Amino acid sequence: MTLTEDIARAREAGDFAEVAAKVPLMAAMGIGVSVNDGTLLATMAFSEPLIGNFAIRALHGGTLGALLESAAAFELMWTHSVERIPRVVGITVEYLRSGKAVETFARAEVVRAGRRVANVHAWAWQDDIARPIAAAHARFLV
Amino acid sequence: MSPADHAERLARLDRSFAKAIPFNAWLGLETVDFGDGEVTLRLPHDPKLVGDPTTGVLHGGVITAAMDAACGASVFLALHTPRRIATLDLRVDYLRPSEPGRDVFCRCRCHKVTKQVAFTEGWAFHDTQEDSIARVVGTFMVFDGTSTSVLADGITKPGDA
Repeated sequence: MTLTEDIARAREAGDFAEVAAKVPLMAAMGIGVSVNDGTLLATMAFSEPLIGNFAIRALHGGTLGALLESAAAFELMWTHSVERIPRVVGITVEYLRSGKAVETFARAEVVRAGRRVANVHAWAWQDDIARPIAAAHARFLV
Repeated sequence: MSPADHAERLARLDRSFAKAIPFNAWLGLETVDFGDGEVTLRLPHDPKLVGDPTTGVLHGGVITAAMDAACGASVFLALHTPRRIATLDLRVDYLRPSEPGRDVFCRCRCHKVTKQVAFTEGWAFHDTQEDSIARVVGTFMVFDGTSTSVLADGITKPGDA
């Protein structure tokens, strides 16, 4: 089965776990995707290699960039009929709080999807959704 | 700095920065050159870093992560005393897709340090900076007090502090 077929089937079934597992970086970093009550949630399990500062046991900022971009891309695949993994043309990541050595969640919202470009906002948090640790604006070609 | 000093500091920078920071080590980053407020890292090709299995193109997050690391290192190299820093924001423009199976070089420089904020810019490329695959602009918070980072060991000269 091609990835395009996987994506179409995932959208129909509301289950993107298999597509996420086929993205090598996401599988390697422990980033999974689930859809609950129509809302897509990306989850990054904690593991030691994700640490960027071991003196304060904080996540590497780059791990949050990867999580936010993944959440944004999958939100776009879930809510819009894109056939491929959307190609990112730019991302702005803002770091709001240091990430602790625990599981991290991310959600995204498509701000606008045109015929060529989609703008997606994503945010990440750990124990309290009201206290985001990072946010991003991503621009994709669709 | 003599070539021998430069090589020794490069090796120390690589050990303390690329190898001792877990996620940098996981990415496989290597420090290939440095200067005053400037650093070049190599991101060796690794199949686990791919973002689109149909094309073999790297995941954008990998470039973002490597650029975050390189820009942060350039700030450390611009500060003449080791201080704790934190990324405020990072903007990455993906100018063209990476070529499957190839190493990526990330070159960043810190062009301005104020009392509390440092400004950086950088490029990711396969062969030359003129033919970049990504361009980045990043700002960093610079805190008072000494760094707790292992990087501090890599940037101070033998006999310093």
